Amino acid sequence: MSEPLKDPGNLKVPQQDVAGLQAEPDDRAGHFVQVIDVVKKFGDTVAVHNVDLTVRKGELFALLGSSGCGKSTLLRMLAGFESVTSGRILIDGEDLATLPPYRRPVNMMFQSYALFPHMTVEGNIAFGLKQESCPKAEIRERVANALELVQMTRFAKRKPHQLSGGQQQRVALARSLVKRPKLLLLDEPMSALDKQIRQRTQIELVNILDQVGVTCIMVTHDQEEAMTMADRIAVMSEGRIVQIGSPHQVYEFPNCRFSAEFIGSTNLFDGKTVEDEPDCVYIESPDLPKRLFISHGITGPLGMDVSVSIRPERVSVTRKQPDQEVNWAQGVVTNVAYMGSYSLYHVQLPSGKTMVANVSSLALSEMGAPEIGETVSVSWQSTSAVVLTQ
Amino acid sequence: MIKPNRGLQVTTLGIAFLFLYIPIISLVVYSFNASKLVTVWSGFSLKWYAALWQDDELIDAAVLSLKVALMTAFSSVLIGTWAGFVLARMGRFRGVTLFNGLISAPLVIPEVIQGISLLLLFVEMGNLLGWPGERGIVTIWIGHVMLCVSFVAIIVQSRLRGMDPSLEEAALDLGAIPLRVFFWITLPLISQALISGWLLSFTLSIDDVVTSAFLSGPGSTTLPLVVFSRVRLGLNPEMNALATLFILVVTIGVLIANHVMLSAERKRTTLAV
Amino acid sequence: MTSLLTRLRPSGRSLVIAGPYLWLLLFFFVPFLLVLKISFADQQMGIPPYTALIDIKDGVVNFTFYLTHYAFLMQDSLYFAAYLNSIKIAAISTFFCLIIGYPTAYYIARSSPATRNLLMMGVMLPFWTSFLIRVYAWIGILKNNGLLNSALMSMGLIHTPFELYHTNIAVYIGMVYSYLPFLIMPLYAHLVKMDMALLEAAYDLGAKPWKAFVKITLPLSKNGIIAGCLLVFIPAVGEYVIPELLGGANTLMIGRVMWDEFFSNTDWPMASAVTCAMVLLLLVPMVLFQHFQNKQMDETR
Repeated sequence: MSEPLKDPGNLKVPQQDVAGLQAEPDDRAGHFVQVIDVVKKFGDTVAVHNVDLTVRKGELFALLGSSGCGKSTLLRMLAGFESVTSGRILIDGEDLATLPPYRRPVNMMFQSYALFPHMTVEGNIAFGLKQESCPKAEIRERVANALELVQMTRFAKRKPHQLSGGQQQRVALARSLVKRPKLLLLDEPMSALDKQIRQRTQIELVNILDQVGVTCIMVTHDQEEAMTMADRIAVMSEGRIVQIGSPHQVYEFPNCRFSAEFIGSTNLFDGKTVEDEPDCVYIESPDLPKRLFISHGITGPLGMDVSVSIRPERVSVTRKQPDQEVNWAQGVVTNVAYMGSYSLYHVQLPSGKTMVANVSSLALSEMGAPEIGETVSVSWQSTSAVVLTQ
Repeated sequence: MIKPNRGLQVTTLGIAFLFLYIPIISLVVYSFNASKLVTVWSGFSLKWYAALWQDDELIDAAVLSLKVALMTAFSSVLIGTWAGFVLARMGRFRGVTLFNGLISAPLVIPEVIQGISLLLLFVEMGNLLGWPGERGIVTIWIGHVMLCVSFVAIIVQSRLRGMDPSLEEAALDLGAIPLRVFFWITLPLISQALISGWLLSFTLSIDDVVTSAFLSGPGSTTLPLVVFSRVRLGLNPEMNALATLFILVVTIGVLIANHVMLSAERKRTTLAV
Repeated sequence: MTSLLTRLRPSGRSLVIAGPYLWLLLFFFVPFLLVLKISFADQQMGIPPYTALIDIKDGVVNFTFYLTHYAFLMQDSLYFAAYLNSIKIAAISTFFCLIIGYPTAYYIARSSPATRNLLMMGVMLPFWTSFLIRVYAWIGILKNNGLLNSALMSMGLIHTPFELYHTNIAVYIGMVYSYLPFLIMPLYAHLVKMDMALLEAAYDLGAKPWKAFVKITLPLSKNGIIAGCLLVFIPAVGEYVIPELLGGANTLMIGRVMWDEFFSNTDWPMASAVTCAMVLLLLVPMVLFQHFQNKQMDETR
């Protein structure tokens, strides 16, 4: 796994902790949901390899990864639809291993919403309460509250096929919240919605969840969705957790190539360390004419192989050569993708490698946008790059 | 939308439908023939319908057939749905191949084989257990159920396979025990398959000759058996009248069923804003 | 102690599986074993009209297996001829069902949705109408003074009636007529689900309609065709009613032979032996049917 980064001092970054929070053992809120060394095998195939994670009470935690990474399997194990091959799952101290899905204090919002087509919206929401043998008056009250929470009160008597996708999602949410579960699971919540309403819905959903205060684990392959909605993200690949942290941490301080490339896009350079100080390091890369200077130290022997990740939005494009000794290069513009509020400049360096820079339209209008074929300089700050040791 | 060759389409369908319907139409037309020689027209008459009314043997047989058909339809749906559910939802259990075979085999096995084997079973059971004492309505019923169960099982199985499994999972997730899930969620959603299965079983039962022949006893003759024994000897105008009544009932039934299905479909696909 | 009991107690899941399983075993599997057992017995007067296989007399257990019936089966050319004839008739009938049924199912599937529904209803109606009376209808058409001959004679095409009633041809007509819906319905269900985009892609790439049909549609409906044909062929082999009503005295089919052995000769052991041989004969097609049926099910997921 990754080496712990030395605190660079002027950047207040909390220490990365893969196993979870360094909370006191009896801080129950800190360890509300515990997944301890969980493995899932389907025959000989291992879908989930020794996963450990902890979710705080009231937190919105995202499992992020592409299809087949094991995130959905993990979610289904939490819900009770898959058995755990080895390991434990605890919610509020209670071991869930022996509990079937209908006895767990967990509710799930399905990717397809799974609304019962032969029941009305009201009927759908009331279904879960009826299983608890709630008194009728209480059912009515809680259903009405749930409907109001998601603003679907006037659709109470409609059937699911009479609702739009967004409306169905709200009913599905209400249905899973009305039972006041200890843990709410969201399976790709936005995947069935059009891109345009996704952003607005993401924010609405987070607001509702905050209002209710429920602990929530969601699964998604869309890193924008995870970044927007979650308090903390676990990046998963091939059944393992690669990195856990807040969106900021995971984005700014990826611990490996996979994380760096999966979340957002990045420029990656392979090289070797040439000078190593406690608070900074020089790296030489065959792809760059000048050295890289990173303003934080790393642990490891001199001369070791590293990768350096530089996000496109940290790269400046100028016509004039910058006056710095390190962290810049000259190149030719090979492609420009105009995205409206920003443009992506593809600059080919003398080594043949292409660097991508995200330049805001404001900056472009001030300097006059460089065109394809022009020679420009790309540069970045010493605090902008992150060293990855794998 | 690519259209197939219009001429070929109309010709083919025309021939097929003529082939299917000429016998049926001829049955109906000749039922009104005054002559006893069915196919030699001698005038319009309703006397064969009147004769039906007085035919006690036929009426008793018809009542028996109706009883057995109703019993068969309900029990086939019960057992067949259960079997279809096991096939679709119970995954790979020990003995699943044999189970599959036990369901598929009755679909294709010639009726004479099923008839004789069941009869032998009942005879042996009679010897060993004292029941069934003689063949009658119960043995016919069991035989008919064996004919129909596989059809219902296959219909239910394919309907369940096409159904989104997350609906049942959602119900489990919301706290319903598996039995509840089956009765409150699964069953309502496959109701159309159940009705098709019921109608199919009813039809197969009321129409069956071979199995009934093996499994009937004294005093338990079904309608098809009576009809069969009569038409073996040749044409019989009363049978034309009976056939026409049958065709009428079935036609009305099919039209109603079709109308109901279409309007249900229309309701399901209208989206309110 | 309680843990042992809980281990022996059947789980809810086993109970659910056991229900229909036991029913099927009792009323389908066990009867077959009985047929097998009795085929080794001998005919005798009384109830039951066959000898017992296992007998305990004076403290001695006697096993009495009669292999006479099987020997008879293999020697007597009647049975062999009957089997062969049944297969021949069933195969030819299946073939004609396919020739008529596939185009019909195809053209209905390619019609507009509204017409499609009406046409399928039209195909279903004869299916729901009693099979017996539809076969009876053909008697009225094929008899010497029946509809067909009267029509042909009145048109002056023939002068003496075609002998069709009580012949093999009548049996073929009756078989095709009765089994046609069994082929059309599953085939139609299969064809109607076919993705039109595949044909459009073929046309786009330059294939003519006939070529597209042969290279795309036909292979894709392969499983439906095979399952449908087996659905017709296997029961047709043992068909009784149609050859009895429409066939002649020399329309030899194994179903009739069995029936006669059973009812006319009351030779149950012989009938059982004939049955066992028939089951063995049909075993391979039946396994094939299940195989293709499952393949088709998986496809249409």
